[in-house]
Amino acid sequence: MTDAIDTSRPLDAAQLAELSKELRVDIIQMLVEAGSGHPGGSLSAIDALACLYFGGVLRYKPDEPHRPGRDRFVLSKGHCSPAMYVTLARAGFFPHDWLKTFRKFESRLQGHVDRLRVPGVDASTGSLGQGLSIAVGMAITAKLDKADWRVYCMLGDGESQAGQVWEATMSAPKFALDNLCAIVDNNQVQQTGLVDDVMPLRPLVDKFRAFNWHAIEIDGHDHAQVLAALHEAQATTEKPTAIVSHTIKGKGVSWMELNPEWHGKAPNAEQGERAIAEIMGRKP
Amino acid sequence: MSGAAATREAFGDAIVKVGSDERIVVLDGDLRNSNFSERFEAAYPGRFVEVGIAEHNMLGIAAGLALSGKQPWACSFAAFVAGRLEVIRISIGYNEANVRIVGTHVGVGIGDDGATQMALEDVSAMRALPNMTIIQPCDAAETHGAVAYLASQHEGPAFLRLTRQKLDPVHGDDYRFEFGKAQTLRDGNDVAIVATGALVQESLKAAETLSGEGISARVVNVHTIAPLDRDAVVEAARRTEHVLTAEDHNVNGGLGSAVSEAIVEAGVGAKLARIGMRSYGESGTQQELYEKYGLSAPRVADAARSLVRSDTPV
Repeated sequence: MTDAIDTSRPLDAAQLAELSKELRVDIIQMLVEAGSGHPGGSLSAIDALACLYFGGVLRYKPDEPHRPGRDRFVLSKGHCSPAMYVTLARAGFFPHDWLKTFRKFESRLQGHVDRLRVPGVDASTGSLGQGLSIAVGMAITAKLDKADWRVYCMLGDGESQAGQVWEATMSAPKFALDNLCAIVDNNQVQQTGLVDDVMPLRPLVDKFRAFNWHAIEIDGHDHAQVLAALHEAQATTEKPTAIVSHTIKGKGVSWMELNPEWHGKAPNAEQGERAIAEIMGRKP
Repeated sequence: MSGAAATREAFGDAIVKVGSDERIVVLDGDLRNSNFSERFEAAYPGRFVEVGIAEHNMLGIAAGLALSGKQPWACSFAAFVAGRLEVIRISIGYNEANVRIVGTHVGVGIGDDGATQMALEDVSAMRALPNMTIIQPCDAAETHGAVAYLASQHEGPAFLRLTRQKLDPVHGDDYRFEFGKAQTLRDGNDVAIVATGALVQESLKAAETLSGEGISARVVNVHTIAPLDRDAVVEAARRTEHVLTAEDHNVNGGLGSAVSEAIVEAGVGAKLARIGMRSYGESGTQQELYEKYGLSAPRVADAARSLVRSDTPV
């Protein structure tokens, strides 16, 4: 849609809310173009991603994607690649027109995020349940090197049914990884139904507390709350921080919201136009 | 380097020897006194990470360490790490993470502990990953060479396969490890025994027996199973026209499969038989199990003899 924005000047909550609408539009457009992909979890996650990348939280330089002192971000729910790609494009890691190639033959923008093909992706993911362990390993590196860079990891709630997530959750406090922040995009829906029906996770925030994390619950679509939680994580010492971000799968497109059908299906052109109109608050 | 030694124990010494490299981080899953990573812990406690009985997480943490510039060595029984194939596939393999996976207690050679602890499928699993290097040393000297190579020269994911049982030395003190090169330990024209790990020593003894019977057996030590030294294997097949593979591992997907593929793809005519496991293991002494499952030197000699004689007209 538009060119990369100047990431040296953090946006405030109101500006992030406006930007998130544009990023939602980018997501819908790239999914329409691709003809496949995962809209639901991308739309639920995008507000937190906007805050991380444009709210002055994550420290990075788009022209130096492998800079050793950068903060790391691991998208453990790798199928929500559309949210990641539109964010990275807007941050200037790669040209915006790459988005049109998403999921196509020999595109850098693979169906799930791929660190070897896409500047700005710190870990290839897509097999659910693995990202938090990778983030723990990165955070241990920073501790060993006495470096001040931080590691952020976004997980899905459905994904948190995987045992490895809890192995990783158990391990982070042992190593006092206060440089690690996990964000659970708690969007309530997974591929085949509601998380509460498929395999309930409640009480999720209590689980993190029982595993000796500093845990925060927020409305994940309220940019001020997201920013406050991320700042609280930065200020927390001795413990890793988990942000249980209560979100709505498909947020912004009423007929996608909390509907498992839109977990892994792209809108067609007409649906895409309706979705974009609704996101931007105008008539189709 | 004289006297028998378990390659797991040689690993414990070898990793300490290279341990001054600040990139090296050793991880363990509550088996450090079995896999000898405790020796690294004693020497470099700040770079030793104990993750408990959680191998998925250990492998994932290793991937994260590698992706941020460290050289992690993730240690456990081979059965327990290779069993976490999906994490190895994506977090390590697909990510091209510079991780060394150290799997000890391989094969029925571990003895009394029985089937659940015996890795017999790990090589098959690792071979399916296109960028996974697999190294199985046959004695302490080779283990030291492999560890030094992996620490200082290798880029990319690697799996190091180590024994619980002591192995007699095959090499002298002047041994130099050559990555990717199969090593002809004994020349011969009638049959080539292509072996890896503990079966190298058994095969050398078998060749000695066969020599007394007038059968000239070549013995090829494959320490680097992937990438396989296809030239050496094909040359052995050409020269002898009888190839016998020998491994303490399931024959399906292991060295036997790798060698078969190389010979057939090269279009070389040779008779081939595979020594290895075709079932799960069980409890017993190493000697008892090697005898029962055809892995002992006398059984290797039997198999070689039958292979050579199978084309002799009656």
